[in-house]
Amino acid sequence: MTEMSYLDGNMLDGPLREVFAVDLSGATGRCASCGTTGPMAGLRVYTHAPGLVARCPSCAEVMLRLVRGPDRTWLDLRGTTYLQVPTPPG
Amino acid sequence: MSSPLAAPLTWRVARLVERRDETPTAQTLVLDVPGWPGHLPGQHVDVRLTAPDGYQAARSYSLAGPAEGERVALTVQRVPDGEVSPYLTDVWATGDPVEVRGPVGGWFVWRPAELAPVLLVAGGSGVVPLMAMVRARRAAGSRVPFRLIYSARTPADVIYADELRRRARDDHGLDVAYVYTRTAPKGWRGEPHRIGLADVNTHGWPAELEPLCYVCGPTGFVETVADLLVGLGHQPRRVRTERFGPTG
Ligand SMILES: Cc1cc2nc3c(=O)[nH]c(=O)nc-3n(C[C@H](O)[C@H](O)[C@H](O)COP(=O)(O)OP(=O)(O)OC[C@H]3O[C@@H](n4cnc5c(N)ncnc54)[C@H](O)[C@@H]3O)c2cc1C
Ligand SMILES: [Zn+2]
Repeated sequence: MTEMSYLDGNMLDGPLREVFAVDLSGATGRCASCGTTGPMAGLRVYTHAPGLVARCPSCAEVMLRLVRGPDRTWLDLRGTTYLQVPTPPG
Repeated sequence: MSSPLAAPLTWRVARLVERRDETPTAQTLVLDVPGWPGHLPGQHVDVRLTAPDGYQAARSYSLAGPAEGERVALTVQRVPDGEVSPYLTDVWATGDPVEVRGPVGGWFVWRPAELAPVLLVAGGSGVVPLMAMVRARRAAGSRVPFRLIYSARTPADVIYADELRRRARDDHGLDVAYVYTRTAPKGWRGEPHRIGLADVNTHGWPAELEPLCYVCGPTGFVETVADLLVGLGHQPRRVRTERFGPTG
């Protein structure tokens, strides 16, 4: 794998929808490292790490890590200050 | 669909109902997915294979067009030595099950209610979700102007070649331009080359029109085109990308 081989955060929707009922690829996230705020679909996703690693497109720090075991899933979000998820009123 | 408060998604069992050759290395596979809820153009599914020893491999594949009831179409390019794609194109038989999760990916989508002009830039099999948008535009009777720039190795590698020729003639407001990287057809202007500024500038929309741009294909291709578009003055948030992986 070269350094170029990453995917877009849009592909996280499938794996994350096993855990959450919302489409997080449509959410906005803020990078804890550099403060950049943007669509989670715009993160750079590396699939050949153990699990999925999503990095900030601006500073390349890890914002999200998803590791799936046989009977549980770990979601590490310490690189994300917040997630803003669109929710319809009512 | 990708309505925010839907329930978590689970894997469903889909069966192959039909396959069609698109090029010597790409096939359209029609799947029957019981309970399919419908989808937006640009969305994809995750496909999971399980070996007899329990080993699993999952990959993403774009939905190639609007669903027909519970039938959805994927177009898969065979990657030599790949874990999943050669199974789908060469081994998977009519009636056989695979697991499918979807539709997923609520960001790389085009909604027919959007009125901005659209630029689609495809590299290789990256044309699949963009074709879904072209097909949905026609199905919705949309008059939004679309331009597609499609980069392929040779004319024989062009997926949906006949349909694109027909649509470029019949779908008013759809323009299609090709870039060939290895061999160009007779009468094509210029030499084979990798997509560059002149192609995007000539066949795209001026940034002042604030088009929505969708770029899809191998990771390096998407990187190049997204940089060119931003360099031409397009707002980064109006350039949506879908990277398929290493090469293409
Ligand atoms: C959101 C999304 C949508 C996608 N939609 C489609 C689609 O509509 N049609 C389609 O054909 N593919 C699509 N892909 C790519 C697909 O998911 C697989 O990556 C591809 O089929 C290769 O998988 P494989 O298991 O056969 O190869 P792997 O076993 O993953 O890889 C085998 C070898 O090929 C290289 N390789 C990996 N991916 C590619 C690639 N894309 N092209 C060339 N070489 C590669 C690897 O580095 C490795 O050396 C999509 C990817 C994403 C993320
Ligand atoms: Zn950052």
